[in-house]
Amino acid sequence: MEPIVQYKDVHKSFGQTEVLKGIDLDIKPSEKVALIGPSGSGKTTIIRMLMTLEEPTAGIIEVNGENLWQMEKKGEWVTADENHLRSIRGDIGMVFQHFNLFPHMTILENCMLAPVLVKNESKSEVKATAVEMLEKVGLGDKIELYPAQLSGGQKQRVAMARALMMRPKVMLFDEVTSALDPELVGEVLEVIRDLAKEGEMAMILVTHEMDFALDIADRVVFLNEGVIEEQGAPSEILMNPESERLQDFLGRFTSSR
Amino acid sequence: MTWSWEVFFSVIPMIFKGLWITLGLTLACYLFAAVFGFFWVFISRLPWRPVRWLFGWLAEFIRSTPPLVQLFFIYYAWPMMPVVGVSLNPFVAAILGLGIHFSTYMSEVYRSGIESVDKGQWEASTALNLSTRQKWMKIILPQAIPPTIPMLGNYLIIMFKEVPLASTIGVVAMLHIANDYGAQYYKYVEPLTVVALFFLLLSYPSALLINKLEKKYNRRFDKKTLA
Repeated sequence: MEPIVQYKDVHKSFGQTEVLKGIDLDIKPSEKVALIGPSGSGKTTIIRMLMTLEEPTAGIIEVNGENLWQMEKKGEWVTADENHLRSIRGDIGMVFQHFNLFPHMTILENCMLAPVLVKNESKSEVKATAVEMLEKVGLGDKIELYPAQLSGGQKQRVAMARALMMRPKVMLFDEVTSALDPELVGEVLEVIRDLAKEGEMAMILVTHEMDFALDIADRVVFLNEGVIEEQGAPSEILMNPESERLQDFLGRFTSSR
Repeated sequence: MTWSWEVFFSVIPMIFKGLWITLGLTLACYLFAAVFGFFWVFISRLPWRPVRWLFGWLAEFIRSTPPLVQLFFIYYAWPMMPVVGVSLNPFVAAILGLGIHFSTYMSEVYRSGIESVDKGQWEASTALNLSTRQKWMKIILPQAIPPTIPMLGNYLIIMFKEVPLASTIGVVAMLHIANDYGAQYYKYVEPLTVVALFFLLLSYPSALLINKLEKKYNRRFDKKTLA
């Protein structure tokens, strides 16, 4: 099967610091990939480049075989402009660590905004879908509330519903439980688990929830100091890690539990 | 000098007529400044550094020179310039002069409002594939502007009090009328007192109103809850 996302020797520097030193990674349609690794290893940067929030310093990212960050203009490859990015970005969705709901809109409006504005879908249909989606994440009785009136876990579930409204083919999760109180983590993971079971959407999760990664991912990718150190099926990665660094990393997790 | 209530009451209707001019001019200047303020913000976000730099300095220049000098420049000096020179009627010159001057302050207010919007709001808008225009109109400005309303209101009052400068280039508003009356009858105290009272009568309640607005918005945006 053709990959839906391909990273080809992707580098990224912030100033003098090179955070990604040549990433090659294929994501197949409907594949669930967990990105793990110590903080500062570049996990988040990988998905932020795919969401077009950071531009790679070198290398190519392809979505459905199309070059995301470069476009052809008069026979030459130039940096993509906003139109080009917009034409591809529609296939990607993202859920953020800090939710980033729009505080001046109700939850329902948060979910309806993009489909109505960007996809020009009819308001009444979008509303019906939004209500359905919010019911699915367990917030059907809260649709008229504002984000400030919700708990962290509820906000994050709204953020997921909002991202799902755009029907992306690839969904990115950026440490979505890191900002939550421990007792609220479960409800958010539950929603992600359900999404993973539904199946057709590819998912890339940057996460520190090891058990969860093991449970839902088809593949675990271990990142260390800007390179992919090891990858494979969750059971082999987490149970029989090969590289010393991964062993260290996992050791730190099990000992802290 | 003797205070004459007779003079005091007789100049009130006369100066009251001028009040409308003052108010009209304030409003016109304010609208101009409010709209033109966005122009500075827009320029400051263009990708071309020389342009940003040039206009940044221009705004700084306008902010740090007295509005009176700018008024004189627009009214007296501009018409004498070759090719670009245009002579304006006093009212228009006042709107341009004070409007441009205050627009540089308004742009700073807008900028502070825009910068106070969390970076995550931009990112979420990008992730939802909104266009640049939609981001500004639906997400950023609706959050950036409301908290600045008290500050914007303050500038309205400040401007109201600066508008009498226009009398120096011949806009016949309250101050001008009072001054003329004084020159004619050698009675300055009463008409100028009336002018001051009119100003007080309008700016004090407005200041109270803005205070109230400020409290309201502070309450709303007080706890910076992560949304």
